[in-house]
Amino acid sequence: MTVRGKAYIAGIFEHPTRLAPDKTVAQLHAEVALGALADAGLTRDDVDGYFCSGDAPGPGPVSMAEYMNLHLRHMDSTEIGGASYIALAAHAAEAIALGKCDVALVTLAGRPRSEGMATGTAPRPRDPNQPEAPWEAPYAITTANGYAMCAMRHMYEYGTTSEQLAWVKVAASHHAQHNPHAMLPKVVTVEDVLNSPLIADPLHRLDCCVISDGGGAIVLVRPEIAKTLKRPPVKIIGTGEAVKHLTGGTFNLTTSGAWRAGPIAFAEAGVTPADIKYASIYDSFTITVIMQLEDLGFCAKGAGGKFVADGNLISGVGKLPFNTDGGGLCNNHPANRGSMTKVLEAVRQLRGEAHPAVQVKNCDLALAQGTGFQLATRHGSATMIMERE
Amino acid sequence: MAVFASRKLAPPVITAESKTFFDAARQGRLLIPICTACDRAHWYPRVICPFCASDKVEWREASGKGTIYTFSVMRRVKEPYIIAHVTLAEGPTMLTNIVGCDADDVRIGQAVAVVFQDADTGVPVPMFKPA
Repeated sequence: MTVRGKAYIAGIFEHPTRLAPDKTVAQLHAEVALGALADAGLTRDDVDGYFCSGDAPGPGPVSMAEYMNLHLRHMDSTEIGGASYIALAAHAAEAIALGKCDVALVTLAGRPRSEGMATGTAPRPRDPNQPEAPWEAPYAITTANGYAMCAMRHMYEYGTTSEQLAWVKVAASHHAQHNPHAMLPKVVTVEDVLNSPLIADPLHRLDCCVISDGGGAIVLVRPEIAKTLKRPPVKIIGTGEAVKHLTGGTFNLTTSGAWRAGPIAFAEAGVTPADIKYASIYDSFTITVIMQLEDLGFCAKGAGGKFVADGNLISGVGKLPFNTDGGGLCNNHPANRGSMTKVLEAVRQLRGEAHPAVQVKNCDLALAQGTGFQLATRHGSATMIMERE
Repeated sequence: MAVFASRKLAPPVITAESKTFFDAARQGRLLIPICTACDRAHWYPRVICPFCASDKVEWREASGKGTIYTFSVMRRVKEPYIIAHVTLAEGPTMLTNIVGCDADDVRIGQAVAVVFQDADTGVPVPMFKPA
């Protein structure tokens, strides 16, 4: 049993807002849902499967199903942080393959910017029943200093440099200049990144993604339905997921969960990293990109710094164009969760609808990769490989 | 850059699985869970061994010695501090803070020793300083 070819992405929508103080989170979910359905040429009444994660207000899919007045026969609310939307799209493809639903809707939305969340530099509240709570809360692990610890160890083991980390941001900024919605559309240099203030050693401010409001949605359908629709069909051919944790205190922080999720997806798709024309790689921080590229097999473990240097991720310049919308580093990071927008830009590339300045020629095979929660302790990982028909 | 020792620490949650540990911490003792079925120490502590799934886990007093596996100086906050993973002499690696030193002198591989710092509620939590 495989999802290969059993489900198509028929509609996508990215909310244009980056600051939404006058909208509710539920409203943003509904707006992106209707946007993706309109893109697909479908209506709300066609939806019989709904997939959402922890950003959806209310318990699992229940409150949002009522708000949007959906009538469902299948639902899923997998929560693996920012990686959730790639996993949910995979689960939607599985449900479609099994006949559990015909038209699946995946939504993401949030307003961390309007709500003033210091999401990177303050510890996030956690459930006291989480088993790790007694052993971690006093130490103030935050998003920024956790990912920074991974970067520090990667530098120690492999000689990765701050200049190499900076190249990830530089490439993203080259793409963002063409995106009218990008929060940070200005092209930056390696020096700009190194001269920005240190947040948590060795990560500078420009090594960190933006905080934005907004959202996005994906509509997936059975192949028979895809054939009746007008948008260029994008076929899901491989998916993988994993949770990486501290394994009882014996771990290596230079590897992400993509080390397991990636090979599963590549095996199902029957392709190799060398076949991929475009990659959307979750870029919460510059180090996140380097580690995932290594783990996915785009280069050897430890060679990620050299791989991203000198513009190798810039569309039209380097060998592996990535995050051509500007990514989380420059464009947006709705709900502090990055994998939805990763799928959206991959679909644009496969449709040939990315900005002409960043569109990859003959883009017939793309990958989207997400990481969720804390790279330095426990995180989810999800990989999806998509093909243009 | 000096690291502030006065940073207000969020109190650890005292649970059925953590109480013995923090009771010992009040006496300045660092305990570590060791499974008598597979003879391995683990972190974070739990009553079911994560390696062999046995419930024959016992608390032992640890040496309090370790080395820094990785760390980061959190700078963009009112009171900078150092987050770290420290590999204990007994094997497992634990999340902690490095204190009692200049932040610019901290290095991966550095030898460290346990010190206890009181959290907000007066419960001491283990941190490490250069040995």
